Amino acid sequence: MLTTSLTRRVFLKSSGGVLAGTLALASGPIALLAPSRSWAMSLDHLSSHEGEVLLAMTRQIFPHSELEDAVYALTVKDQDRRAADSETLDLLQQGVAELDAAAGGDWLSLAETERLVQLEAMAGSAFFEQVRGPAIVTLYDNPLAYAHFGYQGSEGNAGYLQRGFNDLTWLPDPPKPAGGYLPNESV
Amino acid sequence: MAMTDKQHTYSHDDDSVVVIIGSGAGGGTLANELAQQGIDVVVLEAGKLHTRSDFLADEWASFAQLAWLDKRTTSGSFRLAQDFPNLPAWIVKSVGGTTVHWAGASLRFQPHEFQALTAYGAVADANLLDWPLSYADLAPYYDNAERRMGVTRTHDNKGLPGNNNFKVMHAGAEKLGYSCNTGHMAINSENRNGRAACQQRGFCFQGCKVGAKWSTLYTELPEAIATGHMELRAESHVARIEHDDTGRVTAVVYFDAEGNEQRQKARLVAVAGNSIETPRLLLNSASSRFPDGLANGSGQVGRNYMRHMTGSVYATFDEPVHMYRGTTMAGIISDESRHDPSRGFVGGYEMETLALGLPFMAAFLDPGAWGSRFTGALDQYDHMAGMWLVGEDMPRDTNRITLSDAAKDQYGLPVANVHYDDHPNDVAMREHGYRQGSELYRAVGARDIYEVPPYPSTHNLGTCRMSERAEDGVCNAYGQSHEIANLFISDGSQFTTSAAENPTLTIVSLAIRQAEHIGQLMREGAV
Ligand SMILES: Cc1cc2nc3c(=O)[nH]c(=O)nc-3n(C[C@H](O)[C@H](O)[C@H](O)COP(=O)(O)OP(=O)(O)OC[C@H]3O[C@@H](n4cnc5c(N)ncnc54)[C@H](O)[C@@H]3O)c2cc1C
Ligand code: SF4
Repeated sequence: MLTTSLTRRVFLKSSGGVLAGTLALASGPIALLAPSRSWAMSLDHLSSHEGEVLLAMTRQIFPHSELEDAVYALTVKDQDRRAADSETLDLLQQGVAELDAAAGGDWLSLAETERLVQLEAMAGSAFFEQVRGPAIVTLYDNPLAYAHFGYQGSEGNAGYLQRGFNDLTWLPDPPKPAGGYLPNESV
Repeated sequence: MAMTDKQHTYSHDDDSVVVIIGSGAGGGTLANELAQQGIDVVVLEAGKLHTRSDFLADEWASFAQLAWLDKRTTSGSFRLAQDFPNLPAWIVKSVGGTTVHWAGASLRFQPHEFQALTAYGAVADANLLDWPLSYADLAPYYDNAERRMGVTRTHDNKGLPGNNNFKVMHAGAEKLGYSCNTGHMAINSENRNGRAACQQRGFCFQGCKVGAKWSTLYTELPEAIATGHMELRAESHVARIEHDDTGRVTAVVYFDAEGNEQRQKARLVAVAGNSIETPRLLLNSASSRFPDGLANGSGQVGRNYMRHMTGSVYATFDEPVHMYRGTTMAGIISDESRHDPSRGFVGGYEMETLALGLPFMAAFLDPGAWGSRFTGALDQYDHMAGMWLVGEDMPRDTNRITLSDAAKDQYGLPVANVHYDDHPNDVAMREHGYRQGSELYRAVGARDIYEVPPYPSTHNLGTCRMSERAEDGVCNAYGQSHEIANLFISDGSQFTTSAAENPTLTIVSLAIRQAEHIGQLMREGAV
């Protein structure tokens, strides 16, 4: 997850790379959760470049202009875990290599519109699905995404009865009996 | 302490017990009703025993904990076969069955829905049939079921308070001239029967931690155990049902928690594994005497699989909604549930509030989709309201559960294949529902509208249907199989047609009625 700085352990890793960045918004809901503005994530199987391409690709597949890279990085971390399986690793590495080749070297150097054209052409391929499928879960199932999109997750555990389950005020309150009764309210 | 710690136990050789397979809405209710009559019952449940404190306020983690994830396969033209080829149904494998994560909507069927063939006339490429029982036959049992389940707006149980999602639905309903209230829900609107009032957690689909929502897990099953006439065996997966030379069933063979094969003798067997596993079990029990499977002389076992016409409409607004706060489904419009062929289809549908958390919203909004239209919806997640459409679908011979030729489960048993093609009537009804749902939200200023395809089936019905004549179905009006007197069907598989309403209240009512009948047959020595 998010670390305050690049740790020693990250640099000592030989096989994998590292993803790092700085939160774009100093004051968004995610900034409140993060220990510092800069973040870094180590990779065990993928190289830094492969991680960066996958991050950019995921951003293009599920574009949220204001969602921090730090959240997209969680999907890359998940792919890196899956890449412990050598077939998956091959699929991801070859996919990135193909993207790079199509871009004449570095896919990241392309403009966003050109990237999109390439992705549309490869939609449905095994590589594309390997990136899209898990990301639909990972990208939206973490506390940072909850904070960004306004879902309160396990805060609901205690119940919203006293915490805004009916706090909508821009429409009229439904009349009784249709609108029902609070537990302690008599009919 | 687990609720089973002090239960009465029965020996495997005890052939006087009634064996019930499955502990959900049908099986759990039947078990309690029989035990209350002093009849000895063994319930075999494939899933684990969880307590309310185990439940997780986390959609995917809860799914991994509770859902039926044993392999299934799909075929047919319904969209699920493409979106979720190995997850045709979203149901539970756990003590309490799918009542652990149902939403609680508890609506009676309408009288005409018990006579679908008479009321609608024959429909091409559908296998419509009248139920062998009428609304009047079931009405007293509906009463009984509503009382025990504490259904709101019946028998002096007040309505649940509406949440934000309800407020949007209600405002739209007023504009369209629909009537709308917080529904008939088997959820406590105040403390009742030792269970708390709903705390508006919004995790009804993940198990109700406070026990406000009725589930056999913490109502029927412990009550049955307390009589000293019921033993619950969790993690007991039934593989087949055996019979003797006279064609009466005599025992069930199951795999226990350690994977060891066990045989429990039985005087009578009731199958309540939900409408995919129930026919699968009957088919997997084929023998030289019953080569096509048990109770399948008519060839109808597994056929007429129904999953309800479903779909959802979500809409976004300029102002926030936070639909996920509070009861998942407490807002119902029944105006479209009438039979009115001028709309272009027979039967009708209900409109019910529904909210998903962010993780499930992403997974189910438009499976397979990507790009900015898709993400634009999620960008407005906290400004979104939603409803589910649920209506009558057509029974068809060809929509059916069969055994897979190739795929096997962890016990080496052939898995169920679920085949479903939408009938033109289902498609016309869904389109009508999408239109009306969209209109409703537009009437309160919706920004964007999303018509969302069916989720993996939560309602699974009809695969061992009731019929007056043996050749038209699998069981009679009491769920007793036409072919084998001491073999009963006790879950939604019995449904002759699906009706528009959510099925569980009817499953429970039928189970109560069946228990009364079984008690009588046993006293008479008829079974
Ligand atoms: C998310 C969701 C929301 C829902 N909301 C509503 C609602 O609001 N209103 C409504 O009316 N209905 C609702 N339903 C549907 C409702 O839960 C089901 O209709 C009902 O629980 C079905 O009862 P049943 O007895 O047929 O099966 P279940 O309750 O599914 O019980 C079947 C049990 O049998 C066990 N079993 C299966 N095969 C075997 C075997 N071979 N050996 C041993 N055990 C076995 C299973 O593990 C399971 O526990 C909802 C369902 C879902 C998934
Ligand atoms: S909203 Fe109510 S019924 Fe649903 S889980 Fe929470 S307390 Fe239970």
